[in-house]
Amino acid sequence: MSLLEFARGPAIHAALIIMVAGFALRLLGVLVLTRGADMSRPRDAFGNFKGYRTVFSRAWPAGEFTTTTRYQTVVAYVFHIALLLVIVGIVPHIEFIQSLTGLSWPAMPNFLGVALGTIALASLFALIFRRLAKPAIYNSTVGDYVAWVVVALPLLTGLMAFAHVGLRYETMLALHILSSALLFAYMPFSKLMHAFWFIFSRAQSGLAYAHKGVRI
Amino acid sequence: MPSEPTLGGLLHSQGVSRRAFLKFCSTTASLMALPAGIAPAMAEALASARRPSVIWLSFQECTGCTEALTRSHAPTIENLLFNFVSLDYHHTLQAAAGDAAERALEEAMHANKGKYLVLVDGSIPLMEYCSTVAGHSNKESLEHVCADAAAVINIGTCSAYGGIPMAKPNPTNAVATGDIIKDKPIVNVPGCPPMPLAITGVIAQYLTMGKLPELDHLGRPVAFFGENIHDRCYRRPFYDRGEFAETFDDEGARKGWCLYKLGCKAPIAYNACAHVKWNNGVSFPIQSGHGCIGCSEPRFWDMGGVYDSVAKGNFGDGAKLGAAAIAGAAAGASAAYLARRKKTEIAEGAHGDE
Repeated sequence: MSLLEFARGPAIHAALIIMVAGFALRLLGVLVLTRGADMSRPRDAFGNFKGYRTVFSRAWPAGEFTTTTRYQTVVAYVFHIALLLVIVGIVPHIEFIQSLTGLSWPAMPNFLGVALGTIALASLFALIFRRLAKPAIYNSTVGDYVAWVVVALPLLTGLMAFAHVGLRYETMLALHILSSALLFAYMPFSKLMHAFWFIFSRAQSGLAYAHKGVRI
Repeated sequence: MPSEPTLGGLLHSQGVSRRAFLKFCSTTASLMALPAGIAPAMAEALASARRPSVIWLSFQECTGCTEALTRSHAPTIENLLFNFVSLDYHHTLQAAAGDAAERALEEAMHANKGKYLVLVDGSIPLMEYCSTVAGHSNKESLEHVCADAAAVINIGTCSAYGGIPMAKPNPTNAVATGDIIKDKPIVNVPGCPPMPLAITGVIAQYLTMGKLPELDHLGRPVAFFGENIHDRCYRRPFYDRGEFAETFDDEGARKGWCLYKLGCKAPIAYNACAHVKWNNGVSFPIQSGHGCIGCSEPRFWDMGGVYDSVAKGNFGDGAKLGAAAIAGAAAGASAAYLARRKKTEIAEGAHGDE
């Protein structure tokens, strides 16, 4: 079995199984564990609505923090948008998603995918440089760095495979798939789970604050 | 030695001009990345070469490799060169049959001990009764004939890597030549079928320079298998622009767009198809409108569906993913439920104490 056969076969299969099971486990494991009802009367009659509004309102830092978080906010936005477009926008990824779900949509030209992938990787480096430069602000853990590496590897190997840089194409493709498999398997059990949690955590915070009448 | 005419003499007698012969030598030399000045020397060496004895062993195969070589486009110098090796044993092409054929094999082995080439097509079943010739299993024949061979050239993917007979579920427990023969130089010329020029190129280099060509990590001549078909494909610009045929009869297919989404395996296949082409340089599969099936690669038949693109996983259906989701959900919900119950019990206990 070649490295590519291993990557396209058992490796990605196992990673997807872990990812799907992990997502279901973490989501239900937390969501079923609801807090008890707050018996106090809400300060704000529209508390629930305002709470849900927080999901969107917290997508941008509060005004007083605009300047200090500008670099982080802008680069993080660039990274997330570029990454999302690469994940769902280039033909090989759509082919992979279609093989799993049956869904497909028009793709962007490859050169655009390469450009966005490069932007995503560059912004990821910009983020890690800032994290390394300002340890007091980020108070990083090992998990932060591991997550960075696990996200950076598929981007790096994907770009290298497309550009035919480094090892032979099929080997780079295999490394790209294997690094993606690592990402899939690691995602549910790490901070990368924020892909789901950001909705629930913001909503929960918003609901709690609104119930107490905090201006949000 | 009148009974062993030179290759040059034989080609001349067949009406092949020196100009055409030199052209073949130049093409072969350039394809095999030999120095530019080697063509005249190659022509000289080939013209004066005695016919090397070649024993062609056919095992679990479909004869497609022989057909490709002999019927590719006639008459060709590749074909003639092939004809003018001393093909002492070949099931399909030899006139002799039965005991006479087997005697010819033994005589050729005896007369050319240590000097003959063994060309193998077809895989070898380790369930030995599955394929036998003259009462001997393929494995016995291979070991016997290769014992005194100068080198072994595997013609086609079946002998090189096991090919179709080795594909799942591999009912005969088929293996490649290299899995059995370990002590001889082996050159793999894979393909289903392989390119005739690759076969004759290897033989020509062996006759000219007395050595086998440089090989890649899969034992293939780098000169013919060193380049990725996708990189040399004339449809590559469509891939880069994101223009793909979605079906075999849509507008994209008519416009000659990239066949990646129709399962073309060119990105992971190495062969000379895209630039040497077939049928005297007329075309190759992708040019004819069908994606590459990656036939020069090991286990190509098991690398996903012919019409599944290389980006797709190769692990069957998603049943296990669905089961994983259900199992994960059940485990998560159970854990949360138990935690809630425990919390309630603790709370009730605390109230009870009050």
